[in-house]
Amino acid sequence: MRIPCPSCGERGHEEFAYLGDASLVRPDPTAPDAEARFADYVYLRDNPAGALRELWYHAAGCHAWLVVTRDTRTHEISGVEPAKAAALRRQEAG
Amino acid sequence: MTDRYSFLSILKEAFSGQKGWEPVWREPAPKRDYEVVIVGGGGHGLATAHYLAKEHGITDVAVVEKGYLGSGNVGRNTTIVRSNYLLDGNIPFYELSMKLWEGLEQDLNYNAMVSQRGVLNLFHSDAQRDAYARRGNAMRLNGVDAELLDQAAVKKMLPFLDYDNARFPIQGGLIQRRGGTVRHDAVAWGYARAADRRGVDLIQNCEVTGITVEGGRAIGVETTRGFIGAKKVALAAAGNSSRVAAMAGLRLPIESHVLQAFVSEGIKPFIDGVVTFGAGHFYISQSDKGGLVFGGDIDGYNSYAQRGNLPTIEDVCEGGMALMPRIGRVRLLRHWGGLMDMSMDGSPIIDRTPVDGLYLNAGWCYGGFKATPASGFCFAHLIARDEPHPDAAALRLDRFARGTLIDEKGVGAQPNLH
Ligand SMILES: Cc1cc2nc3c(=O)[nH]c(=O)nc-3n(C[C@H](O)[C@H](O)[C@H](O)COP(=O)(O)OP(=O)(O)OC[C@H]3O[C@@H](n4cnc5c(N)ncnc54)[C@H](O)[C@@H]3O)c2cc1C
Ligand SMILES: [Zn+2]
Repeated sequence: MRIPCPSCGERGHEEFAYLGDASLVRPDPTAPDAEARFADYVYLRDNPAGALRELWYHAAGCHAWLVVTRDTRTHEISGVEPAKAAALRRQEAG
Repeated sequence: MTDRYSFLSILKEAFSGQKGWEPVWREPAPKRDYEVVIVGGGGHGLATAHYLAKEHGITDVAVVEKGYLGSGNVGRNTTIVRSNYLLDGNIPFYELSMKLWEGLEQDLNYNAMVSQRGVLNLFHSDAQRDAYARRGNAMRLNGVDAELLDQAAVKKMLPFLDYDNARFPIQGGLIQRRGGTVRHDAVAWGYARAADRRGVDLIQNCEVTGITVEGGRAIGVETTRGFIGAKKVALAAAGNSSRVAAMAGLRLPIESHVLQAFVSEGIKPFIDGVVTFGAGHFYISQSDKGGLVFGGDIDGYNSYAQRGNLPTIEDVCEGGMALMPRIGRVRLLRHWGGLMDMSMDGSPIIDRTPVDGLYLNAGWCYGGFKATPASGFCFAHLIARDEPHPDAAALRLDRFARGTLIDEKGVGAQPNLH
């Protein structure tokens, strides 16, 4: 499996560290149902068989966090973007 | 017709052209409904069916398997069995499993090649020795056998290890002599045959595509061979648990990951027990055919592909070379991968679910083969009586939200533990 890093080009996945599902967002700790939301955030996963947006860190390269969209059945990668861009977009969307 | 395996029956068949053997199990078409439908014909699903019939007299049971029996992890694992756990929630459960292994072949009338050849976990530092001593003490307090060996004792058993490795010298090991290996497919076949004999329907090539819930209660499953009704639906779909649970609207504390296993060409007797490297992740034993059977870490990213990637192979082989440089010239014959439910605390789940009549057996990570007998035994108990078996009482689904994790490694929520 090779991951096309936006700054380094296509590299073997062994250069990257994995963090999993990129759609998880840390809940608001002051929300009234924060306890239940944190349990959900820390433990529960969609774990899809198919496209998954996931976080990879280019540890042996440019040290960027990336959001990679990969099919968990075939390892086919359909999109890569810097995690920062994804986070900014999420912020703008509110 | 000959249906019990014994010395006499083999002799009789030998002199009558082997014509009297019956098929090992029937190939029934699914009925309209059953008392219990088990999803998944791996070790755990088949063991559950056997114990439902044998211990609880419930024989109106179907095991529904999308491929063929034993096509999942039960036929893909490295066959190691042990009960060398540290925590209260785990020890009694795995020790129950070890006791059931010890009587399994008589119970099933099937040769599962249960071989208590010993499992030796090596340690490489003072701190690791202390941790292993603590684990050994916890085991002994719970009536499980454990023995701490010093370097001289290990050297006597395995003179060819790299004891003076500059980074990871071998200081000794913790051995469980009752641990060992069991022939994995024979476990699936033995349980399948025993369950079939008691009237359980084993339905192969039948994928569950939906769980039908009415008024908060599971009433059956949609399959590629039509709807099958059930008073109780029991999920035992290791590796695919999140997918089948999602059919009933549940999200689980699980990620699916791939683990690889490796077998070398057959060589003369070399390693007589199971040995694990404590400084990396590498475990090895030798099959009765002579192949070295070994493995290491999961690949490390979510996967539903039953195959792994090359960097993990390199990593596993490096672990092997650090421990026993001698294997460097042995050729690799085969390698493959299997999908596992990696739970968020490294421990399994045997529990009811928020949906009435829907039961869950999941989260076995990469140690679920050794659990097969106890998992089936305790899951059958839960399904039959609607209350957890005392030895599996800690393996609950809500332990994550309640903060009562069973985290053997003590590292918090992550889906890459044992
Ligand atoms: C490479 C490898 C090495 C391992 N080594 C060890 C070891 O040394 N010791 C140890 O204790 N454990 C080991 N394990 C772990 C162990 O194999 C598993 O935890 C255990 O086998 C899981 O339970 P099972 O046997 O029921 O799973 P499986 O055999 O995987 O059974 C699950 C079944 O469910 C079926 N299924 C899934 N979805 C559906 C559906 N929708 N409809 C119908 N059927 C479905 C699958 O086809 C499968 O047959 C290893 C695993 C792997 C992959
Ligand atoms: Zn890069």
